[in-house]
Amino acid sequence: MSKSISLTLKIWRQSGFQGQGRFEIYPAKDISSDMSFLEMLDVVNERLILEGHEPVAFDHDCREGICGSCGTMVNGRAHGSLKGTTLCQLHMRHFADGDTLVIEPFRARAFPVIKDLVVDRSAFDRIIQAGGYISVNTGSAPEANSLPVPPADAERAMDAAACIGCGACVASCPNASAMLFVSAKVSQFALLPHGRPEAARRSRDMVRAMDGCGFGNCSNHRECEKTCPKEISIVNIARLNREYYKASFISPES
Amino acid sequence: MRLDAKIPAGPVTQKWDRHRFELKLVNPANKRRYDILVVGTGLAGASASASLAELGYNVKTFCIHDSPRRAHSIAAQGGINAAKNYPNDGDSIWRLFYDTVKGGDFRAREANVFRLAQVSNLIIDQCVAQGIPFAREYGGLLDNRSFGGAQLSRTFYARGQTGQQLLLGAYSALMRQVAAGKVRLFPRREMLDLVVVNGQTRGIVARNLVSGEIERHEGHAVVLCTGGYGNVYFLSTNAKACNVTATFRAYKRGAFFANPCFTQIHPTCIPVHGTYQSKLTLMSESLRNDGRVWVPQNAGDQRPAKQIPEAERDYFLERKYPSFGNLVPRDVASRNAKEQCDQGKGVGETGLAVYLDFADAIRRDGRAAIHKKYGNLFQMYEKITGEDPYETPMMIYPAVHYTMGGLWVDYNLMSTIDGLFVLGEANFSDHGANRLGASALMQGLADGYFVIPYTIGGYLAGSRFPEVTPDHPAFAETERQVQAQIAKLLSIRGRRTVDDFHRQLGLIMWDHCGMSRNNAGLEKARGKVQELREEFWKNVLVPGGERDFNQSLEKAGRVADFLEFAELMIVDALARQESCGGHFNEAFQTEENEAQRDDANFCHVAAWEFAGDGRAPNFHKEPLVFENVHLTQRSYK
Repeated sequence: MSKSISLTLKIWRQSGFQGQGRFEIYPAKDISSDMSFLEMLDVVNERLILEGHEPVAFDHDCREGICGSCGTMVNGRAHGSLKGTTLCQLHMRHFADGDTLVIEPFRARAFPVIKDLVVDRSAFDRIIQAGGYISVNTGSAPEANSLPVPPADAERAMDAAACIGCGACVASCPNASAMLFVSAKVSQFALLPHGRPEAARRSRDMVRAMDGCGFGNCSNHRECEKTCPKEISIVNIARLNREYYKASFISPES
Repeated sequence: MRLDAKIPAGPVTQKWDRHRFELKLVNPANKRRYDILVVGTGLAGASASASLAELGYNVKTFCIHDSPRRAHSIAAQGGINAAKNYPNDGDSIWRLFYDTVKGGDFRAREANVFRLAQVSNLIIDQCVAQGIPFAREYGGLLDNRSFGGAQLSRTFYARGQTGQQLLLGAYSALMRQVAAGKVRLFPRREMLDLVVVNGQTRGIVARNLVSGEIERHEGHAVVLCTGGYGNVYFLSTNAKACNVTATFRAYKRGAFFANPCFTQIHPTCIPVHGTYQSKLTLMSESLRNDGRVWVPQNAGDQRPAKQIPEAERDYFLERKYPSFGNLVPRDVASRNAKEQCDQGKGVGETGLAVYLDFADAIRRDGRAAIHKKYGNLFQMYEKITGEDPYETPMMIYPAVHYTMGGLWVDYNLMSTIDGLFVLGEANFSDHGANRLGASALMQGLADGYFVIPYTIGGYLAGSRFPEVTPDHPAFAETERQVQAQIAKLLSIRGRRTVDDFHRQLGLIMWDHCGMSRNNAGLEKARGKVQELREEFWKNVLVPGGERDFNQSLEKAGRVADFLEFAELMIVDALARQESCGGHFNEAFQTEENEAQRDDANFCHVAAWEFAGDGRAPNFHKEPLVFENVHLTQRSYK
């Protein structure tokens, strides 16, 4: 059954790339425990607008945990503290009456703040452009069943492919590394026979692009795995490292 | 103006082959001289952008999100159909064609649907080659399952995330072309108007959502892939950014809008739980493969599900439709759930829900097997509702999910404006009055990968293009109108928020132009929408400025268009004095409460032409001719 709670929000407000940010305090009164976190922010924003203030900007879209648009830090945890959950799927029943919530944008050098809680994650697109694909033009594909894939490999590829590109891994990593993101894509393709022909080049180029975008490297803190809303495992990072070393030392392409 | 669908002559099985041969080709060296603007990056937009760029065209791709990967195609769960017939259970291109026409309640164009079925197999080949991790059998070959409305297994799937995987595949192909320099990507842009010069589409005016700047983009053709308009109801399973603006502005520039009243209400969504609710969540209808839908036999039975004995449960779909049971098409399942709730048999706090029970499936196949099939869906349900579907039956209720109506297009997917192509959910062409499960992904990718690359060449090669630059007066005038609307929205400073208006509009539409409709209700709704629209322009409160990242302003522009578009839906619903598929007018039903078509008078596409603000739109009719599929009363008994 739903109940009503009241919270205090400390929300990061920032006017743009150059602006100086600051925390502002807002009350969130009479919040139903059935609301999602974003619906709670909607309610706060509607009140702010009616009081003549600008609402808090935040990214969101599908609100069912799959598009990867939403995400903020909640009390220092990306997407809040519920395991395997995006912010839009975090419901207020997990909070207690009287709680204070500190809400900040994902912070990383490669994710500049656009406004308030909205950050620019286009660096992820640049990493994918560097090699996060299989080079197959439309129309040139062979018959789908011509290349069998052991179901276990397909399953592990799917585990990696579940990444939604939200950036929580970067935000929670002390080095602001994008290794979990890169490794998920590299692994998906490395595990499938269709992806093998470009595996060496892919891992090398995507890691280079990651470095070029200003992300840090992995030093095994494992915060990314803990916070990933799709529970992508750091086993993928180990696989990326193997692929990367193979590319660097063995591949004729290197 | 007479509507010409440009359907090629000859038998339906040969139309597409013949047409591909007859279409003019653009010389490979000339392709780079053409600029094509693709708006939207869902399955249709991403696949079209990538495919056109691979051919050598210069593509500019616009996306409303921060990344093309976030388009709402990503949320499709269940799967994608193809006529591969891998399970050897009797499938064929012809059967997929037949099922789709019948499922659409005979309001789709035969030739388009046949082509869709033909290219369905190529889509699977393409997606597998892109590295999409479809579900596989023990031997490593692709697995299929049956899916709402089909009696055989033709659906390919990647867990409950098929849309995500297909979109990421198209996105990766798109990113590859961005890296190759053939696609220029414009993220966080919203198309606000179409630029038409002497009857020819020559560009768009878009707003940079970060800086607020208004931009002019010119090209030789525009491809709209901007999805459906389900958010006219405020609450729907669509993502929050889904809107009608791009297609509606194109309508106001001369593109006809076809069958806007055809909306799909999906039967398996999580019920509404509060007035603050911002959107509805779909539970894939693949759940209906193993879940059994029921309500208590006696109205007002308040006992928890587990305390209601088997004999006092009504498995109403299995009872009424013994051969399809829980797998009847979406419109039939939705209406039946509503009917049960209207009789007072609904369950849950609001009484607006029915059970979807997995107890038998868990007993039969074991918890592990059910977890493997539906684990992520069960988890999602539990997160939202706080209830565990392994232990208590799920509660579901219908919600707006998909819109079959859209801009009218001919066989080439071109609208009534030269050079304006419309793909995917944004067009009207393939699903008739009701879309079958796992067919939306198929259509989006068919249009983008395998139709537009051919048909756009035919248009470009056969047209002359006088030089048009962004300084052209048509651009200046269109931009002026866009700026004026923005200034107006910001200047009103009224007392009600944009969301407040949007919610009210949604309720009007849900009550009177939703799952079932009647003429009196539609007339009433029309008046209410007009009143609300008037109030909006006097009393809306849009905070912030123009040259800024301003989400309230974005929403205000979309809701302003929804307020006009809603009336067009109502006009269309009133004009169609029959019931078919998702359009159920209570005055037209069989004795068994099924939709009663009137083929003598309404076997046509209704295409509406904008006639000016405040004036009733002009009606145009494209008669539908069925040469291959026999019109019957749909029966799923």
